[in-house]
Amino acid sequence: MAEKKTCDLFDCGHRACGGCGAALSARLVTEAAGPETIVVASTGCMEVFSTPYPETAWKVPWIHSLFENAAAVASGIEAALKKQGRKEKVVIMAGDGATFDIGMICISGAFERGHDFTYICYDNEAYMNTGIQRSGATPYDASTTTSPAGKVSFGNKRPKKDMPAILAAHGAPYVATASIAYPADLMQKVQKAINTPGPCYVQVHAPCCTGWGFEGEQTIAIAKLAIETGLWVNFEMVDGTVTKVKKVVRKPVTEYLKTQKRFRHLFKPKLQEAEIAHIQAIADKNAEKYGIDIKVPPKKE
Amino acid sequence: MALAVGCRARPGKSRDNKTGSWRVFKPIFDHEKCSKCGMCRTLCPEGCIHENTEGVFDPDYAFCKGCGICAAECPKAAITMKQEEK
Amino acid sequence: MMEITEGSHAVAEAVRLCRPQVVSAYPITPQTHIVEALADFVANGTLDADYITVENELSALSACVGASAAGSRVYSATTSQGLMLMAEVVFNAAGMRLPIVMSIANRAMGAPLSIWNDMQDSISLRDAGWLHFYAEDNQEATDLHFLAYKVAEDPTVQLPAFVCFDGFILSHTYEPVDMLTQEQADSFLHPYNPSEKLDAKDPMSFGMYATPDYYHEFRYETNEAQNKAKAAIQKYGKEFGTLFGRDYSAFVESYRLDDAETAIVAMGSMCGTIKDAIDEMRDAGQKVGLLRIRVFRPFPIEEVAKALSHVKRVAVLDKNVSLGSRGGATAIEVRDAMYGKTIPVKGYILGLGGRDIRKKDIKEIVKLCEKGVGDQFYGLKKELI
Repeated sequence: MAEKKTCDLFDCGHRACGGCGAALSARLVTEAAGPETIVVASTGCMEVFSTPYPETAWKVPWIHSLFENAAAVASGIEAALKKQGRKEKVVIMAGDGATFDIGMICISGAFERGHDFTYICYDNEAYMNTGIQRSGATPYDASTTTSPAGKVSFGNKRPKKDMPAILAAHGAPYVATASIAYPADLMQKVQKAINTPGPCYVQVHAPCCTGWGFEGEQTIAIAKLAIETGLWVNFEMVDGTVTKVKKVVRKPVTEYLKTQKRFRHLFKPKLQEAEIAHIQAIADKNAEKYGIDIKVPPKKE
Repeated sequence: MALAVGCRARPGKSRDNKTGSWRVFKPIFDHEKCSKCGMCRTLCPEGCIHENTEGVFDPDYAFCKGCGICAAECPKAAITMKQEEK
Repeated sequence: MMEITEGSHAVAEAVRLCRPQVVSAYPITPQTHIVEALADFVANGTLDADYITVENELSALSACVGASAAGSRVYSATTSQGLMLMAEVVFNAAGMRLPIVMSIANRAMGAPLSIWNDMQDSISLRDAGWLHFYAEDNQEATDLHFLAYKVAEDPTVQLPAFVCFDGFILSHTYEPVDMLTQEQADSFLHPYNPSEKLDAKDPMSFGMYATPDYYHEFRYETNEAQNKAKAAIQKYGKEFGTLFGRDYSAFVESYRLDDAETAIVAMGSMCGTIKDAIDEMRDAGQKVGLLRIRVFRPFPIEEVAKALSHVKRVAVLDKNVSLGSRGGATAIEVRDAMYGKTIPVKGYILGLGGRDIRKKDIKEIVKLCEKGVGDQFYGLKKELI
């Protein structure tokens, strides 16, 4: 039986957990970017599960140097390609720890210099490779191994850092958020970023079944719930202005929170109403800021 | 095989790692129910679901880890997860 | 063509003649004159390179890693604190076997902060896998850049290289330098065309990780590349000599060493002072000679042992200190080279943080060595301790 093997730039045999959101993002991004792409990776889960020597899963040119320096490595590649008159596109794929935290200086420098590359952050909201420690991308109240919920703690004390706004403020011509739950939208945004000259940024919500505590089959459903509750907003910014937003009929945040062990302490042993109200307020603020709410007329009695 | 200089490799070798052995549940594809939308293929984190010549889809069990995303997301409920018999 | 020029400008001119496609550097004293000059060359079109004005040294070398992996000849320069900020990338570039050439205008390490010269910076990274060249004067600092690229890019080597010269003492000093023409440089150093690079036509993964099944052998292979660099240095150092009259095939240089009873071993610009002191000591009937080490990595263990085999005692001068050990890095290496011999090897740490080294200091050290006194910080101010 002949097969059309259409998803072939990120190969089978990688060692990601079953149901890995990051692995899916690698597939979708490479499929969108095409073979004329050089991928620059940071240290992290994706790097580890896809490249134990000699078993690389990458069928495009790929390079990993360090945890924090992918944007600088990409700067050098872009400069070299320019001097050699080559046309390959440079795409960085880095996790949220590498992006929000340890790589910030390299990213800021590279975006300020205006290199022509696309920076993809696969955002699974914690340091998963080292065992689920909090990062600047970890949401409010998520329990991680360095922000554990306890008798006097509800988990991570800070809301997620607004990386898209930071990079838009650097003058990035195209900044977008996307989700593996909406693959066509994700791929379209990756292509748009690649085809926009200058440094572009796409932040991809990529749930992690191991780190967040849910069954692998739920990865897509949970990514969808993040959007449907307003805790993740899919949008596009062109030259710093929001031009497109995914609108939803919003569900209460508990629909999302209750699916994951990292938020279990908000429900057991007792319902933490004040904390949930705080998280609901984060979603409400997102909804207002980006105008995501689809108004449904109230049902007649 | 001698080491490559600088820990580099060309593609193809990841396929030596047959991740199908990880599987606990096996997706069974019902081609009668399949609407050929391809969502299973698109959402598979392994990239191991392929379209055959009739336009329907089958997983490559050599690599399928049995995560169940295809079954959970199939709009026609054409994929069911069955416990592996070992 | 002979010209009187500042060390930094001579180095920058040599780098220009090497035709790097990507230059990535961050300003730090006393290296800045080099990268300013390169920026001028790019701005005026005399160097066809992309000059990346990075936001720190970690990115400077990281951009070199990317550009080198993409198949371009690349260049950076730094010193001291900047080199330490790069340290993680320094190891990385060697393990990835990328032939980056970087100038080090040697400077002391803080704390306390010091912008002045010693060799603590590059010496502290002696285990990172880079080739280490140490220049005595600006002519050598200039020429060693051509040699460094030639050796680093040799398919049997594929390692990055430091070209080290003393900050301020050489970098900011005007000396006559015989500069190659572009035609001469091109006849020695050909365009960089690696067999493997990041290329969509032949996709490869660079910088994979190695499990315990492989890591040990990768480290062995990188060490083997250091060993193979010896033959490459000899070959290309000789070729440079044949073409331009200055032979760099030797890892060490002997000065009035043949009949010496006391041998001084040292690196870098202090060797000029040492040679003058030796001339005066020879005039006074003292049998003193110098063994200057030009290539510190790969360390020329056999050459050092052979060159010192006939002397009665060895005084090793170090402008660095391996804190908590018996002395400086050169002394430790020389003692290793002399293992099994009965010739005493004494180490002297001097000139740290820019402290002047004078002829009388060299003479004093020879006296100490003759008395069997050594393995010490030389010239401490008693009133400060």
